[in-house]
Formats: sequence, structure tokens, C-alpha cells
Amino acid sequence: MNTSTTKSRFQLAFDNPRILGLALSAPAMLAILSVVLIPLVNSLWLSLQQRDLSRPQENAFIGLKNYVDLLGDPRYLNSLQATIKFSSFSVLLEILLGVAIAVVLNQNFRGRGFVRGLMILPWAMPSIVNAAMWKWIYNADYGALNALLTQLHVIENYQVWLANPQSATILVILANVWKETPFTVILVLAALQTIPDDLYEASRVDGATEWQSFLHITLPLILPVLMIAALLQFIWGFQTFELVYIVTGGGPFSTTELTTLRVYATTFRSLRFGYGAAMAYLTSLIVLIPAIVYIRSAYRKVVEL
Amino acid sequence: MRRTLKPLFLYLAVAGIVIWTIAPYLWLIISSLSWKIDLLTVPLRWIPTRLTLENYYSLFFDRGGESVNVQLFIHSLGNSSVIALFTTTICLILGVLAAYAIARLRFKGSNFLVLGMMAIQLVPPIILVVPLYVIMRQMDLLDKRIGLILVNTSIVLPLVIWLMRGYFASIPTDLEDAARIDGCTHLGALMRVILPLSGPGLVSVMIFAFIASWNEYLYAFIFTNVDAKTLPVLIGEFSTKLGLEYLRIAAAGVLASLPPVLLALAFQRFIIRGLTAGAVK
Repeated sequence: MNTSTTKSRFQLAFDNPRILGLALSAPAMLAILSVVLIPLVNSLWLSLQQRDLSRPQENAFIGLKNYVDLLGDPRYLNSLQATIKFSSFSVLLEILLGVAIAVVLNQNFRGRGFVRGLMILPWAMPSIVNAAMWKWIYNADYGALNALLTQLHVIENYQVWLANPQSATILVILANVWKETPFTVILVLAALQTIPDDLYEASRVDGATEWQSFLHITLPLILPVLMIAALLQFIWGFQTFELVYIVTGGGPFSTTELTTLRVYATTFRSLRFGYGAAMAYLTSLIVLIPAIVYIRSAYRKVVEL
Repeated sequence: MRRTLKPLFLYLAVAGIVIWTIAPYLWLIISSLSWKIDLLTVPLRWIPTRLTLENYYSLFFDRGGESVNVQLFIHSLGNSSVIALFTTTICLILGVLAAYAIARLRFKGSNFLVLGMMAIQLVPPIILVVPLYVIMRQMDLLDKRIGLILVNTSIVLPLVIWLMRGYFASIPTDLEDAARIDGCTHLGALMRVILPLSGPGLVSVMIFAFIASWNEYLYAFIFTNVDAKTLPVLIGEFSTKLGLEYLRIAAAGVLASLPPVLLALAFQRFIIRGLTAGAVK
């Protein structure tokens, strides 16, 4: 009898929302804590030290020296510039193309469901397959790009696209845009479907052209979604690694060497763990502002729920 | 005039979109089914006159002296499958419990946790890679499948919790309240009332988790060497090392992309709902 009351008391305690809530979320939080939060702090600590695996006798706490060195490191600054360029142009194209495609797919036509479903394809592709695929398309000797452009008489001879800094940059961005645009399309399409038809009817009655109703009705209503898509894709642009690692390897002449590649080379090739960690942190500061904007807008939604 | 032109423009635009979306992937598939000699001709013929499965065979069966190590390919395929399936299962269990707690139990700090889940998804993996490498080396988890399962689970969990929480929040509380009045505990209500109603949410979360783990490259690239090497890492090695084996890389790429692509196409409604859950309300 005594045991049954203690058992039910235990059950009662376990059914208390506060205790149960913590108990149920603890395993997930523990996993996230150990793989994300602890390394995040650990990395910050590492970034304040000299920690070269090749010279362990010189390990020391050096404060902000790594960060100061980074600001005068031409290879790092070059990679930062390349990353900002890569992300900005990617976002710009992804938004322009994404809105255009979404507007078309929002019209009535036969096979609309099928075409909308296709948008999932680039999104679902493993990014490494995307990289290998475009590398093959851009191949100088047998690539589809050269074949297509010569057959269309745009160029006369096969070009070594990836050896030219400018075309290499453009083509890497293009490969990224192909994979990432569907995300914008899907978001914008969902937003378009929430706009009531009455609004367009009313503007048609008032004699507005389609372009005018796009500018004055559609655009303002999808703007919040566009903001979120742009922020996320800017942040993801900074995280791009395998696409550039595979397609150009950072070349030619480091023009496509993104910061992620620089961090990788510094840490795992030169074995400078402290300097690499500082590089990763300093770069992340730049995406911190878009990240905060994104989280604040998300927070508003959480509070509303 | 306008009436006939508009549908024409529309269908041209649609055709352009379809071509832009499938042409690169279609070319990868065609390449993977072609004889090398046919693809080396100039001018290139876009539709091959003869097809072959040779590039696929050579990934699975040793043909003597070929540069792709057959054992390695089959081994990586197995690693990717095991890691993705375990990651999906663990994410589902831990994610559902945590999401239920956050959505329904409103304990101290639950709002903060939701926000934390959002924020964590924005942390650049490259920051975590260096300290994780050090930690995993100390714990002897490098080049082990269990190591990657742990890492992938933790990376995917925030998204799973975020999506599941949204799904639970959309289920009316009435049924649950009725079950509670009948003497059901919170956990009992979750098992008997909420989960049976959450089929679509569970499916979408499983697909997201599977695709994220299957496609993951950076962590697998850094944390594995031989034993736990995944398919994406192997494809990366193929395309940086085997300069001329394009068609075999294409075949491996098609195989690696089939599970996520087919899953996503088959369950596109779930995916679209999941992708838009955070952004469109």
C-alpha cells in the first residue's frame, strides 16, 4: 500500500508540466549542447590562443592577436571579399529568378502541379552531387557548356572557363543559384497563394496594368517572405564549402577561395587550429547582423503563436 | 492580339523554367548511361544513340585494374545508409519528446528554447568543425559511424524540434484535455491522442532528417577517413582525384541523389509545408 502511494506520487510529480517538460526536452538539449554549444564556446577559447599542431611547444594564450593578424592577412581578406561577392550575387539572382519563377508558376496552366513539384529536385540534390554535376558541365574539353555555346555559335572555340577568374566566379555562382533558387520559389509561391484574388480584381477595375498590380499589390505582400529568403540565403552563402572546393578548388588565383576554404586550409593543412578558429569567428560576425534580424522576426511569430 | 499572346508567353516561360530546372540533372543521367567514346565527340550529340549500364556496373563489380575501388563504393553506400537511418530514428524520438514538451507543457524557458532552435540553425558548421574534431579525437570518435550519427543527430534536431513543435501547436487541445480528464497522463495523451493525429508531421520530419543526414558533406569530410567514409565524401574524392572518370562519377552521383530526390518528389507536399512553416504564416 505504501509503495503504491509513493509510486503514484512519483507519477504525479512526473506528470507535472514543469518537471515533465524538462525531462522530455533534456535528451535533445543534451545532444545539442554537446555538439553545438560546447564547441561554440570551445572554439572562441581556441581562437584566443596560438595552437599550431606542428609547433606544440609554442602553444600559448595570446588574447586577440589572431584577430589582429587576420585584419592584416591579405589571403584572408581576399577570401572574405570573395565570399561577400559570392553570397551577395547569389542572393540577388536567387531573389530575382525566384520571384519571376514563382509568379509564372502561380498562373493557371496545364501541368502546373507537375512543374511546381519539379522545384523540389535541385533542393533535394546532395550539394556534393550538384558540385560534381556542374564541374562536369563546365569541363573544358568535353563539357556540355562548351558544346552548347559552340553549337549556338556564341563562342567559336572551346573555352577553359574555370581558368579565367571572372568566368569561374560567375559559373560557381550560377551553380549555386541553380540549387538554391527553388527554396525562394517555394516560399514565394506559398506567399502568393495567400493573396486574395479580390485585390487583383479591384485593381483591374481601377484600370491598373498587370505590372502596376504586381508592384503595388504583390510585391508589398511578399516582401516579408522575400526578406527572410534573402537573409537565410545570404547566411547559407557564407557556409558554402563543397561547391567551390570541388568545382574550382578556390582557384584560379584564389578568386573563388571562400572563407570556408581558407579556414579548412589553415586548420587542416597548415594545422593552425587557433588561427583557423579565429578566422571562422571573425567571418561569422559579418552574418551575425542578418542572423539577428532573422531571429527577431522569427521571435515575433513564436510570441504570436 | 493580347489574348493569344499571353498564353504563348506563359507556356514559353514555363518551358524555360522546366528546361532550366531539369536540363543539368538530365545531362548527368544521360552521361551516366553513355559510353565514354560517345561523349568525347565534337560536336557533341545530346541524345546518345546507344546506352549502357557499364558505368553503374563498374561501381559494384570489380572489372580488374579500374581506378574506382569497388569495395570502397559499396562500403560508403552502406555507411551513408546506416548513418542516415540511425540519425533519422534518433532525431524522431528525441525531437518528438522535446517538441511536445515545448509545444504543450510550457515549462520555464520553453519559449527561450524555441528561439534557441532557430538561432542554432544559423551557426556556421565551419566554426564547430575545429573544436569538434579535437573533442572527437580525444573521445576516439573520429572515422566511426557512431561519431557521425551523434554529430548529424545534433545538427538536425533543432529543425526537427522546430517543425514538430509547429505541428503539435496546430492540433487542437480539446481531445488531449478530454483524455486528461479521463485520467490520462501527459505522456499517455502524447502516445494515444497526439501521435496518432501527427502522421503527416512525423513523415515530413523523418524525410527532412533523412535527407539532411544523407546529403551532409562537411562533417563527414573532416571526421572520416576510411572506415566511416560516406557516399558524398567518396564522390568528392572521385571528382577531385579521378580527373578523367567523369562518367563513373556521374553514375555515382545519380545513385547518391536518387534517395533524397525520389523521397522529396514523392512527399513534396510535406516538404513544401515544412520549408514554408518558418517563413510564411
